[in-house]
Amino acid sequence: MDAATNSEASGLRPALRHKFIALVGNEYVRAATAADAVGGVQPKLVIEPGTDRELVNVLLLSNYAGLAVIPRGGGTKLGWGNSPASADLILSTARMTEIIEHAWADLTVSVQAGCTIQRLQETLSQHGQRLALDPLWPEKATVGGVLSTNDSGALRLRFGALRDLIIGVTIALADGTLASSGGKVVKNVAGYDLPKLVTGALGTLGVITRAVFRLHPLPLNSRSFSVSTVNAEETQKLVLAVQDSKLAHAFLQSHFADDTPPVSDILFEGTDAGLTAQEAQLRNLSAPANISQASTSTWTAREDLWAFSDPAGTAIAKISILPANLARTMELVAHSANTHQLRWKALIYATGLGGLRLQGTAGSLRGALRTLRGELQGQHGSLVVLHRPGKMPAFDAWGMAGDALALMKAVKQQLDPKNTLNPGRFVGGI
Amino acid sequence: METRILDQFRAIVGDRGLISSPEELHTYECDGLTNIRVMPRAVVLPNSTEHVQGIVRICHRERIPFVARGSGTGLSGGALPVENGIVISLARMNRILEVDFPNARVVVEPGVINLDVSGRVSPRDYFYAPDPSSQSICSIGGNVAENSGGAHCLKYGFTTTHVLGLEVVLSDGSLVHFGGKTLDTPGYDLAGVFVGSEGTLGIATKIILRLVKRPECIRTLLAAFPSTNEAGAAVSDIIAAGMLPAAIEMMDNLAIQAAEAAVHANYPSCGGLLLVELDGPLAEVEALMTHVNEICRSNGASEIRLAQSEGERALVWKGRKAAFAAMGRISPNYIVQDGVIPRTALPQVMSEIERLSQEAGLRVANVFHAGDGNLHPLVLYDRRIPGQEKAAEALSNSILELCIAAGGSITGEHGVGEDKKKMMSKMFAEPDLVTMQRVRCAFDPLQLSNPTKIFPTPRLCGEKPGEYVPHAIESAGIAERY
Repeated sequence: MDAATNSEASGLRPALRHKFIALVGNEYVRAATAADAVGGVQPKLVIEPGTDRELVNVLLLSNYAGLAVIPRGGGTKLGWGNSPASADLILSTARMTEIIEHAWADLTVSVQAGCTIQRLQETLSQHGQRLALDPLWPEKATVGGVLSTNDSGALRLRFGALRDLIIGVTIALADGTLASSGGKVVKNVAGYDLPKLVTGALGTLGVITRAVFRLHPLPLNSRSFSVSTVNAEETQKLVLAVQDSKLAHAFLQSHFADDTPPVSDILFEGTDAGLTAQEAQLRNLSAPANISQASTSTWTAREDLWAFSDPAGTAIAKISILPANLARTMELVAHSANTHQLRWKALIYATGLGGLRLQGTAGSLRGALRTLRGELQGQHGSLVVLHRPGKMPAFDAWGMAGDALALMKAVKQQLDPKNTLNPGRFVGGI
Repeated sequence: METRILDQFRAIVGDRGLISSPEELHTYECDGLTNIRVMPRAVVLPNSTEHVQGIVRICHRERIPFVARGSGTGLSGGALPVENGIVISLARMNRILEVDFPNARVVVEPGVINLDVSGRVSPRDYFYAPDPSSQSICSIGGNVAENSGGAHCLKYGFTTTHVLGLEVVLSDGSLVHFGGKTLDTPGYDLAGVFVGSEGTLGIATKIILRLVKRPECIRTLLAAFPSTNEAGAAVSDIIAAGMLPAAIEMMDNLAIQAAEAAVHANYPSCGGLLLVELDGPLAEVEALMTHVNEICRSNGASEIRLAQSEGERALVWKGRKAAFAAMGRISPNYIVQDGVIPRTALPQVMSEIERLSQEAGLRVANVFHAGDGNLHPLVLYDRRIPGQEKAAEALSNSILELCIAAGGSITGEHGVGEDKKKMMSKMFAEPDLVTMQRVRCAFDPLQLSNPTKIFPTPRLCGEKPGEYVPHAIESAGIAERY
């Protein structure tokens, strides 16, 4: 029986609540409030287990009882994905924050899912190291949360995505299985690569309880520059020229908006000698007049995209395109925004990933997103809606999952057959 | 194999695409792991995705297990045929279908040789980064199955880092696509699970790869140390200094002797040889190379050489890449291992290997990817001496147990295959392995695609995991089983 129907039948009887209390202690089971709602669905309880074992027991009991479970880390991206088909309890990793082992000489760290990215980075920096990732809101976002949402920023160009940084994971499955895969060495091909499977799975396959990452040294020095261009066509030329050059840049991102010409930011890291040489090469690639020291907004560009005051009139989408389709895509965005009378702003990385903010009425947003998604899908790309106005809850966040959807459903069926975890929030109704 | 079924295969691939005579089948009875051999019932050589689908559909209907094979260079028996099964050789699907420089992507068929990808894109100064030692003969399809690494994965990552998308024939013959030309396609990262699954989840028929721009400069340094301990200390200092070299390789005295005998790489004679390669912008590399030089010197390097030309650099690498095969020069037989340890455990694990080697009375040569802790101990023995093969296998397994005990892995790049599946339960707990097999059941419920590999205990899909044991919370009366 699936979670949606069974939880109605059983409700959250006081007896059941007492069982949860017996598992984790009275102070860690509380009634959910309106602030705990997920995609407009109100859960009943918030439970904060303190250990892997407690978390497994909560999950197992929920699974038996047919409850729908929403795993939660810092809660910064809880609105991503579709609204859950049902939500009985929030399973919070707020108490599971330990940095288990920073094996600095081996450039690895093992950490519990509830640890925030900022605290992790602070610890790593004591040995001159970092998790080479710049996710959104690191002061609140947790290891488990960024993994589940596969959040990445500008550094991905050089250091790869979370899938390339995670080397081991422990997950709790709905049936109480606690399974580890990978390990704590960087190079390891023993068994299936489940760390990659759960990265970006939005908590629909299991709850990540701990992860092991490979680390990178903090840069010796860095320099960043901004390069202005007159239009998207010129931006694309610049981006492709830099990508095709011998520069070893750590990131390259371009800003576009309805009211300002494009600007691209580039970051170099390394020795002073290397930085000076690369700066000179960059100046050969673009007219010197267009190059300036990057402003501080370079570092906050992604969060700036999310800094909007009107949630009911704003949509944010993650887009993925071929790098050589940059200009064409930006023209499409401008055209579509114009047609639907929307304000817009975009931040696109040289990887072809980016963020797009559209502002206007829910009706026009729906129209523009649908058009853009169709266009991008037609050129091998995708558009995933991360934030949408409350008035358009039914707008699918994900778009086409392709011909592997049946297989994805089979994987879900194998690992969470009762559909206990985050029901309905993922691709294709998973 | 019944004529009826052979005829069905023949109808798809033609006479020349089917091998069924015992003499010809011998070629396919093992891969690079030559001490285990199984004769396949037939070998089928498809020429297209449609062929693969057709062959697999017959296997599905007739319940015939199949093993996909690339160039057969694998070292763990991944392409070893299974009893009563067929081999599907992808050797004829060797076309590079698309080269897209602006987006730095190529689309290839699985039979394309690894080095040919770099060869094709080198005129525009790009390369395909994963470089297993067998790169001049191994296929991309095999690399995908094994998640092959190579000397440069310290900096550039593994095959999985460079595979953006896959076209896959599942074990029922259906065709699916994972990932794509763009990043983060919506849905589960099935490409991530498929790469390194050793042929157990289906057959890749098209692969989208990422290309990398060749760096401005590549510098290779050789440093001779009294022993691997000093060489290892230098590696730690290089990493601690915040550098990420393109490669750091280490060889011990026995390995150096073998490489010298085989390819005359002109290595200095010493107890521990370190090969450090840096790449990137010229000014950056030169600044860092000075630092590497100082680190080697301060750790007791007696001789330091910087390869002065591309020819010298190639020779240095030739010695390293030939190291396995070179063992033939100093021993009639050898077993290659592929354990991984946290780099810091190197001195302790090395002295343990030395102790085990002496106890067993067998020589062990050591070749490492020292930057990432991937050891390739080569256990030397003589099959003609009674008992020595068994002793070599036992020693080899003890070395892997050392790796596990040090917090490492039984395989860094060669795969589990047939060879190391018994070691899996020493590295993973039962729930870990059961979870992996549940994933497998989603892909291949009848377990036709390279069954019997990776997992120590086969499980039927849908089988209840073991005898039912009440969970702690049930025993405590907190939950009842519904």
